[in-house]
Amino acid sequence: MTRAAPKPQCDSHPYLPMEAEVVEFTAESPSIFTLRLKLTDEQQNQLYSFQPGQFNMLYLHGVGEVAISIVSDPQDERLIDHTIRAVGRVTKGLQQLKPGDRLGLRGPYGRGWPMQECKGQDVIIVTGGLGCAPVVAVINYILMRRKKFGKLTIIQGVKHSDDLIWRERYDYWNTLPDTQVLIAADHGGAVWPFHHGRVTDLFSKSIVDPANAFAMLCGPEGLMQAASTGLIDLGLQPERVYLSMERNMQCAVGHCGHCQYGKDFICKDGPVFSYPEISDRLGVQGV
Amino acid sequence: MYGSETGFLARESLPELFSLLHVQGFDIVAPQIQDGSILYQVITGAEQLPSGWQDQQQPGSYRLTQTESPLNFSWANGPQALKPWLFAPREVIWRAEKQPDGRLQFCEPDAPDRKLAVLGVRSCDLAALKLQDAHFLNNRYHDPYYAARRKGLLIIAVNCSHPADTCFCVSTGDGPHAEQGFDLCLTELENGFLISSGSETGNDLYEKLPLTKATEKQLHNQLQQKLSASKQQRALPQIPVKQLLSERRDHPRWDDIAERCLACGNCTQVCPTCFCHKEGDLASLDASTSEHLREWDSCFSEGHGYMAGHQARPEIKDRYQQWMIHKLSSWHDQYGRSGCTGCGRCTTWCPAAIDFVEEVNLICGDES
Repeated sequence: MTRAAPKPQCDSHPYLPMEAEVVEFTAESPSIFTLRLKLTDEQQNQLYSFQPGQFNMLYLHGVGEVAISIVSDPQDERLIDHTIRAVGRVTKGLQQLKPGDRLGLRGPYGRGWPMQECKGQDVIIVTGGLGCAPVVAVINYILMRRKKFGKLTIIQGVKHSDDLIWRERYDYWNTLPDTQVLIAADHGGAVWPFHHGRVTDLFSKSIVDPANAFAMLCGPEGLMQAASTGLIDLGLQPERVYLSMERNMQCAVGHCGHCQYGKDFICKDGPVFSYPEISDRLGVQGV
Repeated sequence: MYGSETGFLARESLPELFSLLHVQGFDIVAPQIQDGSILYQVITGAEQLPSGWQDQQQPGSYRLTQTESPLNFSWANGPQALKPWLFAPREVIWRAEKQPDGRLQFCEPDAPDRKLAVLGVRSCDLAALKLQDAHFLNNRYHDPYYAARRKGLLIIAVNCSHPADTCFCVSTGDGPHAEQGFDLCLTELENGFLISSGSETGNDLYEKLPLTKATEKQLHNQLQQKLSASKQQRALPQIPVKQLLSERRDHPRWDDIAERCLACGNCTQVCPTCFCHKEGDLASLDASTSEHLREWDSCFSEGHGYMAGHQARPEIKDRYQQWMIHKLSSWHDQYGRSGCTGCGRCTTWCPAAIDFVEEVNLICGDES
């Protein structure tokens, strides 16, 4: 099964950003925040559409561009949410923005999650690290169309219990029918109610039927590699295990070469790949 | 039908070609001697072509000497390919302007519309041009700046008569003589040039040049030249290295290369097919305007594999593997053939004299 990326919105000048306005700024933690953006040009706003798992290039005036995945729902009223961790020059600058401020946006880019393919199926989502934005889009997408999907297990791993953001969201999701949230921390604090250890320890507790499930993985490559193997051992078909990969992205259109991952350009061939597409490279040093 | 005829242009008639090109609005880019090497620059007349120059190339070494010979092209490629004329080493790709009310406006610079005729393009660089076209033009996204320059480009190939010791185009199937992809193709003989055309534009020029019919002897000399230029010392392995290289990431030779490699990136800068570039922003002092630039990057640079707090290729070994495995393996999947056209520049211009061909042969050979 080959899944092509959707056709780009504006391909006459693939590098030129559009102007966007900050509609809302939400601080999720001291270093993580969500920007809700709207394209200021009404026509561009009407034309803009994306799939969960795709990303935009956000431009902070005079500083630079950065690739950020889209976390809002594709059906939202033309509002585009990005959850961002402030780590570099651009993202730390974006953290200073306020409603009404303007920035540049181009996209969406890349190939997202297989949302059409997994309709009617169970879904298991495994994420590691800090509030893994690319899969939040998927979780919201499934929850808004709950009856179109089977059982849902969300497994989140963090290094330390203090790293967990969106605790209330996880608690809420866990109360929904056919939806299960499992959380693991390598180092749990004193009152950590969840699992101490690896996310892979939790697979056997999942409510999904491995024979009829899709997996969507996001996080550090080591975690995704271990999770892929673990899920395939559990009985998932390898081609139904999907991973969102990350590399340095600058042009987002497959020209600048930074995001090459073996033969693939993550920006245009990914960022979402099925396990068999990249299993030859996963975990290999230097690729 | 173009390309079926071969004419002879006497050396003293070469200015006619320059005049024809100037009349059609072309600037002419041709070899010049600068800083001890042969570089391509805009010249105005045929008399500015250097004559009698010969080169000696070895891993890590490039030397020019001048002789009494009247020949203008009896040397192998210098450090530059066609690449900088199409894919600019540094250029502004858009500009952001901040209005007093805080709004941002994004403007694209005017597309380059210069007509350039490049004289002296070698077949390895023609093959490389085809690969750059595949990357920047015949791809899902179209690069508007490359496209504009490509549109204004006229190519006058000159068949290679004196390959360097570092050349291996025969083993990649890209030389020594140009077969396609040019407007005009020249073979330099003692008294002038055999000419054939390879496009409608080339044919138009061909018909206006003061040519005589090529003699049997001249055609024989051309063939002899090709045979002699085909005798090259270096060759890539004739076994398919695509699979082998990525399977042999643990081969001890990579560690040996990594000890010598300075990660300077020279090989990637002189390579006619390397396309990596980085983007950056240059704001005016009052931050009202900011230019978004791109400039050539290298997979040997620290920034190439960097992403939010993590380095994908921390070791020099990782970077050399990326360079070589991409060039000889990933290119096949990306664009249907190897990314190496046998020009040998990576070897000549390596300050550590790392011999690309020798390394491939050692890694893919049986002796491991």
